[in-house]
Amino acid sequence: MTTLLQQIANGLVLGATIGLIALGYTMVYGIIQLINFAHGEVFMVGAFGGLAVYRWVLPESVRGDWYISLPAMLVGGVVVAVVIAVLMERFAYRPLRNAPRLAPLITALGVSVALQEAIRLWFPNADAAQPFPRVFIDAQVRLGDVSIPASGLLLIVVSVILAVLLQTYISRSRMGRAMRATSQDRDTARLMGVNPDRVIVLTFVLGATLAGIAGVLYGSFITNVDNSIGFQNGIFAFTAAVLGGIGSLRGAVIGAFIIGLIKSLGGQYMPGGTQYDYVWIFVVLILVLVFRPQGLFGEAERVRA
Amino acid sequence: MTALLEVDDLSVAYGAIEAVRSVSFVVEEGQIVCLIGANGAGKTTTLRTISGLLRPRAGDIRFDGKSIAKEPAHVILSRGVAHSPEGRRVFARMSVEENLLLGAYTRKDEAGVRTDMNRVYELFPVLGERKQQKAGLFSGGEQQMLAIGRAMMSKPRLLMLDEPSMGLSPIMTQLIFDTIKELQQQGTTILLVEQNALAALALSDRGYVVDLGQTTLEGPGHDLLADERVRAAYLGQ
Repeated sequence: MTTLLQQIANGLVLGATIGLIALGYTMVYGIIQLINFAHGEVFMVGAFGGLAVYRWVLPESVRGDWYISLPAMLVGGVVVAVVIAVLMERFAYRPLRNAPRLAPLITALGVSVALQEAIRLWFPNADAAQPFPRVFIDAQVRLGDVSIPASGLLLIVVSVILAVLLQTYISRSRMGRAMRATSQDRDTARLMGVNPDRVIVLTFVLGATLAGIAGVLYGSFITNVDNSIGFQNGIFAFTAAVLGGIGSLRGAVIGAFIIGLIKSLGGQYMPGGTQYDYVWIFVVLILVLVFRPQGLFGEAERVRA
Repeated sequence: MTALLEVDDLSVAYGAIEAVRSVSFVVEEGQIVCLIGANGAGKTTTLRTISGLLRPRAGDIRFDGKSIAKEPAHVILSRGVAHSPEGRRVFARMSVEENLLLGAYTRKDEAGVRTDMNRVYELFPVLGERKQQKAGLFSGGEQQMLAIGRAMMSKPRLLMLDEPSMGLSPIMTQLIFDTIKELQQQGTTILLVEQNALAALALSDRGYVVDLGQTTLEGPGHDLLADERVRAAYLGQ
C-alpha cells in the first residue's frame, strides 16, 4: 500500500512537469496547427538559463536562501526560454506560415537538434550532465507513510496553479478571446481586427513561460540536467497533449498526469520494471487513439455546418 | 456627396488564375451600393481584397481618400471597414456575447461597446434572449443576424455584407433587408453583394453588375432593375 501511494506521488511529480510542457504543445497546435517538436528544448534551455543565473549571477552569500535564489533562477529560466521561443517563431516558423505542413514540422525537428547542440557546445561543460542545485527547501514532506521531496510538491502546486491561471486567461481575457478566435477561424479573426502575428507570438511566449518555469523547478527536483532532458520530457509532453486531445488545455494537463502515473506505476508493477515503463505509455496512447482518435478531451473533426 | 470607397481597376489573382480582372466602382457616403452577378464572377474576391484578406495584383482601393490596398486586414478594420463574410463564419464554439465582443475587438470604450451590444439585441431579440449560448447552436438565419451584428460592433463607417440572404427563408430575408435599410438610415454606408439581385437592387442607391471579373454595367438600383440586359441575365425575365 505504501509503495502504491509512493509511486502515485512520484507519478504526480512527473505529471506536473510534463503538464507544464504539454500546455505549450497544445496551445501552439491550437493556433497554427504545428507540432512544435522544439518545444521540449525550450524547457531544456529554461533549465540551463536558471542554472546560469545560479552560477554566474547570484552572489554566493544568497545562494542558500531559496526565497531569493529560486525566484531569480525562475526569472532567468523564463527569460531565456521566451527569447529562444520568440526567435524560433520569428525566424524558423513564420517564413513557413503558408508552406505545406510538412515543412514547418521538419524545421521544428531541426530547431530541436540545433538547440541541443548549442547547449552542448557553448554551455560550459554541458557535454556531460551538470549538477543542478536543489535551491528549494531540501526536505521530505511526509504525508502518512508517503514522503515527497518538498521540491516535488512545489512542482505539483505550481503546475496546477499555472494551468488554472492559463485557462482563466484564455477563457476570460480579451487577448484570450483573440487566441480562441484565431484558432477557430484565422481569416474571420483578422476581419475582427485581430493581428494574427501578435496572437501567435503571444502563444509562444505563454508556452515558453510555462516551459521555462518547469525547466528550473524540474532541475531543482532532479538535481542534474543535461541537453537531452528536453527531448525526453518533450516526447512525454507531446504524448500527453495527444492523449488529452491536442488543442485542449484541460486535456494536456490531465493527459500529463495520466502519463506520469502510468510511467511510475508501470515501472513498479508491470513486467520489465522501470526499463519498460516507456512501453506502457505508448500502449495507452495507441489504445486511446484507436478508440478515441481525437483524444480524451479533443473535439472530433467536423464538417462546418 | 463624397466618395467613401473607390475601387479602381482592381485585379486579383489566385496563383495563375485571375479571379478579378477589372473591377471599378464607387461607394458614396451614406449609400447602399450592391454588386450583383453570377456565381464566380468575382464579387466575393473583391470584398475579400477590400478588407485586406487578399492582396490586389493591380489597381487601387481608396477609403476616405487614402489607399488601403497594401494595408493588412486589422488596420483596414480599424480605419472603419467591417466585413461580414460569405457563409456567416460566426465563431461556432463561442457564445453570442463573445462573438459580439470580438466584433468590438479594436474598441477601447467599454461603455460604448455595452450600448452597441444592447442595440444589436434590440435589433435581433433572439440573440439577446440566448446570448450565453454557443453560436454554433443557432439556425442559419440567426447566425446571419449574429454575423451582421458582430460586424456592426466595430462601429464601421462602411459595412460590407457578402450574401446576407443566402440560404434564408423569404421571411428571414425580408427581416435582414429591412435591417440593412435601417442601418443606412442610422448613417452607415453599405456595400452589399447579393445573388438575390431583385431584392438587392430594389434596396440599393446604386448597383454594379460584375461579370467574369469585370464591372460591366452600373446605374441607380431602380434603373438597373428596369434594364433589359439585367432582367434577362439575372432576374430570369
